[in-house]
Amino acid sequence: MKVVLRNPRREIDVPAPISVIALLHRLDLNRESVLVIQGDTLVPGDAMLAGDETVEIRPVISGGAA
Amino acid sequence: MKCRVCRGPAVIDVRRQNANYCAGHFLRMCRDQVAKAIAEFSMIEPGERVLVAVSGGKDSLACWDILRQLGYDADGFVIGLGIGEYSDESSTYAHAYADDRGLTLITCNLRDDYGFDIPTAASATRRVPCSACGLSKRHLFDKAARDNGYDVVATGHNLDDEAAVLFGNVLHWQTEYLGRQLPVLPARNGFPRKVKPLVRLGEREMAAYCVLTGIDYIVEECPMAAGNKHLGYKEALNQIEAQSPGSKLDFYFGFLKRASGRFVPEAEVEQEGLGPCERCGAPTTDRLCAFCKLVERASGADPVTLRTSR
Repeated sequence: MKVVLRNPRREIDVPAPISVIALLHRLDLNRESVLVIQGDTLVPGDAMLAGDETVEIRPVISGGAA
Repeated sequence: MKCRVCRGPAVIDVRRQNANYCAGHFLRMCRDQVAKAIAEFSMIEPGERVLVAVSGGKDSLACWDILRQLGYDADGFVIGLGIGEYSDESSTYAHAYADDRGLTLITCNLRDDYGFDIPTAASATRRVPCSACGLSKRHLFDKAARDNGYDVVATGHNLDDEAAVLFGNVLHWQTEYLGRQLPVLPARNGFPRKVKPLVRLGEREMAAYCVLTGIDYIVEECPMAAGNKHLGYKEALNQIEAQSPGSKLDFYFGFLKRASGRFVPEAEVEQEGLGPCERCGAPTTDRLCAFCKLVERASGADPVTLRTSR
């Protein structure tokens, strides 16, 4: 399954099927800090990703100190 | 996962609420939380004109969108900060949002209007870029509101922003800042009222709001903010939140309820003795305000070229 990561933008391959929670754990990502997006909608934490569609893991932390 | 409201398939979990939502009920929850914050802190009165400080990022665009959904008379204001391609791309998202919906977006460009940009200002003053950026934005938000007759400036600061700033201010006991860290700063001394309608929502929710409503925003982080302390505080708080959902909300709203009033006198000392800046008329304790001093130093400096890599 293709997974798109951001900042910087890059693609990696991850064996599927895999649950969203397992995917984030595998990539050592905090659920509070990212969204998992497939197409134009969100994928909830308990969903299984079959691997037939690209998944984007989008960071949500942003902002300067001001 | 099932939506807590309709029991249909959920698309997002909000762990601090111990709740999951379908898209429709998630969007309603976001609007309800903003309406609750506005009412709780008396942010905006009926009939007031609101100027939303827009960057092209998720928070400011979501803030503008929700205020309009709630029926407020809200226009946007965007500043060209001159941070290389990042600023150009950010402005494109702000303009696209406004143009697609026929909304008013007031613009300002630091280089064209004041003769400098943020990378040059950071270099000329030898201060961190976020300092010159924040100073410029605060000054220009106030000016745009005064010049164009807006009652309120709304910013997209969310729960994560406020919790991270509070965390930093407590770590270093910045008591004068603690006294001003409120969801509403009242209008006074020539400053318009400033409000933060998103304080009851986290930035994960704001990103989700944009995805679910089809709002395009700049996902890339500002290249000049990378690695700053504020982002580090957010990551630290998210580690705590993952172990103990609701910690950020308890931290920030607990501070507002139990402690913030104790620091207000220290913040008010700073407000004493304010007079108009000789050059621009903005409130200041000195002959020139901090922004006019920045213009003096940065506008004569050689432009700094920002190299970014994506």
